[in-house]
Amino acid sequence: MKKTIITVVGKDTVGIIARVCTYLAANNVNIEDISQTIVQDYFNMMMIVDVNQSAKPFGDMVKELDELGAEIGVKIRCQHEDIFTKMHRI
Amino acid sequence: MINIFEVNETNNMIDQERLDVRTITLGISLLDCCDADLNTLNQKIYNKITQVAKDLVKTGEEIELSYGIPIVNKRISVTPIALVGGPACQTPGDFVSIAKTLDAAARTTGVNFLGGFSALVSKGMTEADENLIRSIPMALKETERVCASVNVGSTKTGINMDAVKLMGEIIKKTAEETKENDSLGCAKLVVFCNAPDDNPFMAGAFHGVTEADAVLNVGVSGPGVVKHALEAVRGENFEVLCETVKKTAFKVTRVGQLVAKEASERMGIPFGILDLSLAPTPAVGDSVAEILEEMGLESVGAPGTTAALALLNDQVKKGGVMASSYVGGLSGAFIPVSEDQGMIDAVSKGALTLEKLEAMTCVCSVGLDMIAIPGSTSAATISGIIADEAAIGMINQKTTAVRLIPVIGKAVGDTVEFGGLLGYAPVQPVNSYGCEAFISRGGRIPAPIHSFKN
Repeated sequence: MKKTIITVVGKDTVGIIARVCTYLAANNVNIEDISQTIVQDYFNMMMIVDVNQSAKPFGDMVKELDELGAEIGVKIRCQHEDIFTKMHRI
Repeated sequence: MINIFEVNETNNMIDQERLDVRTITLGISLLDCCDADLNTLNQKIYNKITQVAKDLVKTGEEIELSYGIPIVNKRISVTPIALVGGPACQTPGDFVSIAKTLDAAARTTGVNFLGGFSALVSKGMTEADENLIRSIPMALKETERVCASVNVGSTKTGINMDAVKLMGEIIKKTAEETKENDSLGCAKLVVFCNAPDDNPFMAGAFHGVTEADAVLNVGVSGPGVVKHALEAVRGENFEVLCETVKKTAFKVTRVGQLVAKEASERMGIPFGILDLSLAPTPAVGDSVAEILEEMGLESVGAPGTTAALALLNDQVKKGGVMASSYVGGLSGAFIPVSEDQGMIDAVSKGALTLEKLEAMTCVCSVGLDMIAIPGSTSAATISGIIADEAAIGMINQKTTAVRLIPVIGKAVGDTVEFGGLLGYAPVQPVNSYGCEAFISRGGRIPAPIHSFKN
C-alpha cells in the first residue's frame, strides 16, 4: 500500500516529536521510519508512516496536522509519497 | 526509499519557488448536444457540462490535499461553439445566448474559466463561423468566465485574410464594449494560427473535434523552480546551463503527470496530454523573464534574448517529454507581458519592445500575449499585427497567437490593471505607419511550400 510522508520543519523546541507522535498514535497511524536533522538551527524531520489502518479521512489528517504545527510553531506537512518518488525516481 | 533531502527539495519547490500545477482542464465534447432549436440546444449544453464536470473542482481540491501541491485553476474547454451552434443560431445574438449558457455552467461547476467560444476559420468562414465571430464583443461583455478564440490560419491551409481583417475589427469592438473595465474583454480573446486541439491553457483552450467525448489535460508551471536551479550554476557554460534546465523541467513535469493520472483515475475520465509550458504569474519569483535574466541578460529584451528563450524552450521540452507519457497543447515558455513581473519591468524601462516580443514568439509558444496597446490603434493595424504573427506560425509550423488589449481611453505611458492572474501592464507603443491597403485586399494567403527550407 501507498506510504505517507510527514515532514516537520521549524524552530527547534521541546516536545515536537512527542506531540506529533501522540497525534499519530491517537489516529492509529503506524510510524515506519523517522529521520531527523538540524539545518541552521532549524528542526527538520521526516517520517514515513502507514495510514491505512486509520479511520480518519486523509484530507482531515492533513488539515489537523497543519493546525497542530501552527500550535507548536512549526510547519507540518502530510503528503502521499508518490509526489516524491515520481519526482526523484525514474 | 526516498530520503529527507529529496523530500525537502520538493517541498522547497512548492513553498519557496512557487511550483504548482497551473491548471486541470476538462475537455468536453458538445457535438452530441447539436439541435435545431436554440432553447433545447442551450439546455443540452448546460446539462452536459454540469453533469460531466460536476466533480472537477472537488477532485482537484482532494488531490491538492493528498500531495500538498497547489492546483491553481480548474477549468473546462468545450467543442468550438461555431460547430455546435450552427443549426440553431441564425444571428450573432443567438450565439450570445450560448455564451450565457456556458457562463452559467461555469458558475455551477465552480471553474474560473471556460474556453471554446471559438471558430476555426483557417481557410474559410461558414455563416455560423461569421455569426459567432461577430457575437464575440457582446458575448465577452455579457459573460464573466467565457473565453473566446479564433483560428485564422495554419501551415496546411495558409492564412484567411478575410478573418484576419474581421478579427482586427472584433478586437476593437470588444475593447469598446468592455471599456469600463480597461477593455478586459480582450484578455479573454485569442487569435491563433495552428491552434492545438488539446490546449489546457486559457484563454485559447477549446476541445477539438479530433478529441474523445471527455478528456483531462493538465498544464504544469514552475518558472521559479527553473530560476532557482539556474542560480546555482551562475557563470557555468551552456552545457551545464542546458542540463540544469532539462533536469529541472523533468522534475516539474513529473508532478504534473502524477496529478494528471490521479485526476483521471478519480474522475474516470481519460488522461489526454500534459502541456509542458512554463507559465508565469505576476507574483515575484514566478517569472520567465527572470530566468532569461538569470542566464546573463541585463534585462529581457536585450540582444541575446531570443537565443536565451530558444534555449530555455527547447530544454524544457527535452526534459519534459521524458517525464510524461503524452505531451501536447502549447508546450513551451509563455511570454505574456502583463502576467510576468520581469516582462512588465522590462517594458516599463524601455528595454522590451513589441518588435522584440515578435522576434521572441518565433522560438517559443505562444505569441504576442497580454500586451496593452493604445486604444487609438486602428483595426487595420491590429489586423496587421495578427497577420505578422500568423505568418510566423504558418511558415515555422508552430502555434502562434495574438492577445492584444487596445485599451480604450489610454495611451502610451498609462498603466492598465487587469487584476488577479491577468496582472497589469504598461501601454506599449505600436508602429504608427499604416497597413490598411494590405489588410483590405481580401482573400487568403496560400499555404506555404513545404520544401526548400531556408
